[in-house]
Amino acid sequence: MQSQLPIYPEQASNFAPNVDSLMLFITAICLFFAVAVTVAIVIFFFKFHRKAPNDVGVPIHGDSRLEAAWMIIPLILAMAMFSWGAVVYVDYRNAPRDTLDVYVIGKQWMWKAQQPNGLKEINELHVPVNRNVRLILASEDVIHDFFVPAFRVKMDVVPGHYNTMWFRPTKPGRYHFFCSQYCGTNHALMGGWVTVMEPSDYAAWLSGSSGGSTNPLVAGEKLFAEKACITCHVPDGSGRSPSLNGLYGAKVLLADGSTVTADESYIRESILQPNAKIVAGYPPLMPTFQGQLTEEQILALTAYIKSLQSLPVPAKGSGIAAPTGNK
Amino acid sequence: MPHEDYLNATYGIRSWLLTTDHKRIALLYLGSVTVFFFIGGIFATMIRIHLLTPTGALVTPETYNKLFTMHGVAMIFFFLIPSIPAVLGNFLIPLMIGAKDLAFPKINLLSWYIYIVGGCFVLYSFGTGGLDTGWTFYTPLSSVYSNSAVTPAVIGIFINGFSSILTGLNFIVTIHTMRAPGMTWFRLPLFVWAHYATSLVMILGTPVVAITLLLAGLERMFHLGFFNPALGGDPILFQHLFWFYSHPAVYIMILPAMGVISEIIPTFARKPIFGYSFIAGSSIAIAVIGFLVWAHHMFVTGESTYAALTFSFLSYLVAIPSAVKVFNWTSTLYKGSISWDTPMLYAFGFIGLFLIGGLTGLFLACLGLDIHIHDTYFVVAHFHYIMVGGAVMGYVGGIHFWWPKITGRLYSETLSRIAAVTLFVGFNLTFFPQFILGYLGMPRRYHTYPPEFQVLNVLSTAGASILALGYLLPMLYLTWSMRYGKVAGQNPWPATGLEWKTDSPPPTENFHVTPEVTWEPYDFLNRPDLGLAAGSPLPAPAHGDD
Repeated sequence: MQSQLPIYPEQASNFAPNVDSLMLFITAICLFFAVAVTVAIVIFFFKFHRKAPNDVGVPIHGDSRLEAAWMIIPLILAMAMFSWGAVVYVDYRNAPRDTLDVYVIGKQWMWKAQQPNGLKEINELHVPVNRNVRLILASEDVIHDFFVPAFRVKMDVVPGHYNTMWFRPTKPGRYHFFCSQYCGTNHALMGGWVTVMEPSDYAAWLSGSSGGSTNPLVAGEKLFAEKACITCHVPDGSGRSPSLNGLYGAKVLLADGSTVTADESYIRESILQPNAKIVAGYPPLMPTFQGQLTEEQILALTAYIKSLQSLPVPAKGSGIAAPTGNK
Repeated sequence: MPHEDYLNATYGIRSWLLTTDHKRIALLYLGSVTVFFFIGGIFATMIRIHLLTPTGALVTPETYNKLFTMHGVAMIFFFLIPSIPAVLGNFLIPLMIGAKDLAFPKINLLSWYIYIVGGCFVLYSFGTGGLDTGWTFYTPLSSVYSNSAVTPAVIGIFINGFSSILTGLNFIVTIHTMRAPGMTWFRLPLFVWAHYATSLVMILGTPVVAITLLLAGLERMFHLGFFNPALGGDPILFQHLFWFYSHPAVYIMILPAMGVISEIIPTFARKPIFGYSFIAGSSIAIAVIGFLVWAHHMFVTGESTYAALTFSFLSYLVAIPSAVKVFNWTSTLYKGSISWDTPMLYAFGFIGLFLIGGLTGLFLACLGLDIHIHDTYFVVAHFHYIMVGGAVMGYVGGIHFWWPKITGRLYSETLSRIAAVTLFVGFNLTFFPQFILGYLGMPRRYHTYPPEFQVLNVLSTAGASILALGYLLPMLYLTWSMRYGKVAGQNPWPATGLEWKTDSPPPTENFHVTPEVTWEPYDFLNRPDLGLAAGSPLPAPAHGDD
């Protein structure tokens, strides 16, 4: 701020160079039109200034070729902006497979993050450089938004939904993150720092400061027993409800004949509103857990259920659609 | 007084509060929207003073949140939406089409009373604790978590919606059924076309926001689960419903201003407008496509990628008719006889600022860029360029253009030119730095910010003080002119519209004899009655003090 005024923030993620190029591209086009129109107006303003009080202008009513030109040319340029923007956006909305998953919970007015090994942070987020990081975002109250200007990405954090966002940090350092969806009194204080570290430093940090935190897998396994999930969701498929082995990421066949991919949102919804999507062949027995679990408990359960992905799927008693099924 | 006009026909407070004359109702609106503009303006001033320092110079976080919320509610629902339609539209549409009044004069008065009742509810909310939800009322913050006076504000905006709906209905029926002989659709002034398009948006969109706010109010008062996930609702549903109205509402604000500019430019360039049918058609196109772009406010809510692609595409389409207008206005200047009278300065200012506002919309419609600039100061700058740079410049320009008709008096041309330039400079200094702030990553609605953003915030506040001066000046000289200004005569500029073929101020029944239209719009050549060079050798009428 002292000596020079920057016009764009630091570039610290895979998206930053793309977004900045897009910005330059659109700025260049817009500047061209803005300058062209302004120059025309200024020239006309002086050149055709009224000479005598009774003068009238030359009656020109229009020109349909000109009209066509200034509809078609801007349309083509607009489509170019649309297409480039769409490419960046589709990339952003589809995370690669090999991500490091970090859970982030927003609540009035703080952020809680939980690393894969269970390490918890408040208003801080540590991530390794050059690794694809995916944030799974949940809110305990109102809508928030996780925004890292140096990464050029943001995503709303919506109560009742899981949203995800991803990025690949490209430069070690400390970067601001903000809440950018207005969320009440201390909205402006709901921010913190992302620390991007060398992988070795990150590993050392993870192991060095993990004392006292509970691994979400362990917590989830414990909850799975405590809340009596295990009595119906028996792993070998012999229970009253489908086995959850191999569930995460698979397609589930539903009672109405459709299929759904078992992602975090599906697992969350099935815990909170079990009757929203009934697995084919199973009666709607499960009670709702809406209001009975905290967001952190839901995340722990989800993490545990995800960890069952690698276990063998029983031949009978799972809700997973046969690979050759419909759709 | 030499003749009887709508101002001196009757006297007394009852003759105003029970009037059904569209011109008097327009003045009732002029007074009341000005009050709300002042209230909103005071909030804006406090916001800008507060943001002088990174830690906030003036108020607590809670008060700051209330200031920007109440600024938005007062300015959008009670100033911008009614400003041009209910003041200038009300006054001018019957005059422009050669009618005695609007189709439903009593409903017109009812609209104003509904506006006042809605306004009282909102002022009650402001006075009893204020409102801190943001003007967007996003759930579940507004419906569950906020501790401020949300309920009276929501009721006030709900009631006020009916005022818009009735005004829109009145305009549509009037334009369809009450045109003077010879006033065909393609002889209508473009101001009337713009108001026709605006009225369509008003009657189709307003019911949706009324119902949406009602649902949020019911959730708040009776815990019915529409939007609160804890009760099985969906907060994103609120955003879809809210923006289904509130995006088209932007066109309610800007289309009438475009109508004003389309009148000013041919008048002060003294030539027919370039591409009449394209400008008229683009108003309708904006109104129609404008209904199909609402979810571009929601690209980062987690909405489906396909929805985002569709809404981005449609948002780029709506840019085309706006571009068409700008190109046509610019072309109209070519080989004109351009005067530098105040309304024309506002028209130039409007084009410049609307151009920046519209072009920066292309940045926000771009999916890949929106993930960075959404909900930052870039958005704040963008919509102020449209709403203040566009709509308010159009409104103030229109007031200057038709002031001689409304009051029968001319104002000081020198002072009004100074004010126009002051507004333009002050506006740019206030809002241009905010584009940069936004790209640097400063989120909107922040009562405190990291110190690296201070320089740009100080620039913005400095600009706002110039801007405030630019608004105060016209209030003073326009008020002064009502008593001391030179008498304007029927057609001081001169202009071609029917409203200029009656007295200034017009008689209560508008025209002593129903006019018959035999000329094309904005035709200066075949109008000897205007007294211009190409028509007749008569000298031009008295003309300001320049």
